[in-house]
Amino acid sequence: MTVGELATKYSLRQLAVCDTDRVIEGVYIGDLLSWVMGRASAGNAWITIMSNINIVAVATLVGVSCIILAEGVTLDDEVIKVALSKGVNILASDNDAYELSVMLSKVI
Amino acid sequence: MKELSLNILDITENSIKAQATLVEILIEETEQVLTLMIKDDGCGMDYDTVNKVTDPFYTTRTTRKVGFGVPFLKLAAEQTGGGIEIQSCRQNENSAEHGTVIKAVFMKNHIDFVPLGDICSTVITLIQGSCEIDFVFDHKLPTGEVTIDTRQLRQVLGDVPLSSFEVITWIKEYLAEQYENVK
Repeated sequence: MTVGELATKYSLRQLAVCDTDRVIEGVYIGDLLSWVMGRASAGNAWITIMSNINIVAVATLVGVSCIILAEGVTLDDEVIKVALSKGVNILASDNDAYELSVMLSKVI
Repeated sequence: MKELSLNILDITENSIKAQATLVEILIEETEQVLTLMIKDDGCGMDYDTVNKVTDPFYTTRTTRKVGFGVPFLKLAAEQTGGGIEIQSCRQNENSAEHGTVIKAVFMKNHIDFVPLGDICSTVITLIQGSCEIDFVFDHKLPTGEVTIDTRQLRQVLGDVPLSSFEVITWIKEYLAEQYENVK
């Protein structure tokens, strides 16, 4: 499933969407950025509650297909701007990481 | 990072890359606050660069486009209600007193405070990995002080390199013993 299809199917908020055709391959959940950096895989949808600029850098380094912000976390405009300029997809939801991963397990 | 000592390792790598000859790692702890200071006599940074180093998309690396040393230290400090400060002076502006000082303040009682972790291994890794550089490590705790200065070691050791197995083993034991005394 692509990032665009996922966002539409579950009505996820599209905070920064650069490439809706990016295919989601697997899921990683984590908030300790240095840990995520070494363990998430390219193509993963990365579910987190962290919202500072570093998430965009970690996402570009790992090459995740999208970041999904859980539990209603919001972003500063500055972070959205950088995400758009670096080609990082960011979606958001009010659901928690468990609920999001259950949804994802049904479609990927 | 799961331990501040890993952040310290990362930040000190920057000092080494800046061609420092002396790096001081100073930690001061009270019941509530941990203050970390990493001070080097490297080439220093200009004003613009100092403002850029907290941005993860700024890096001097050529192998990848992002750098996390300072951004992760800043995050670790800020998530406890503390913060960081950077002061730097470039070599070509002041040939006598150049270098960089990074100060990070952590509120130890905050739930997101990450423990210092295995600081002895960090100090040893640094001494062993960059034996041409001098290191001062000083950790002040309410119960006492743990300290080592490789300049003093060199005076005693003469031609024996700091990275030799016997010296490293001795440093390990020396630090462990001091920590035992401030427990």
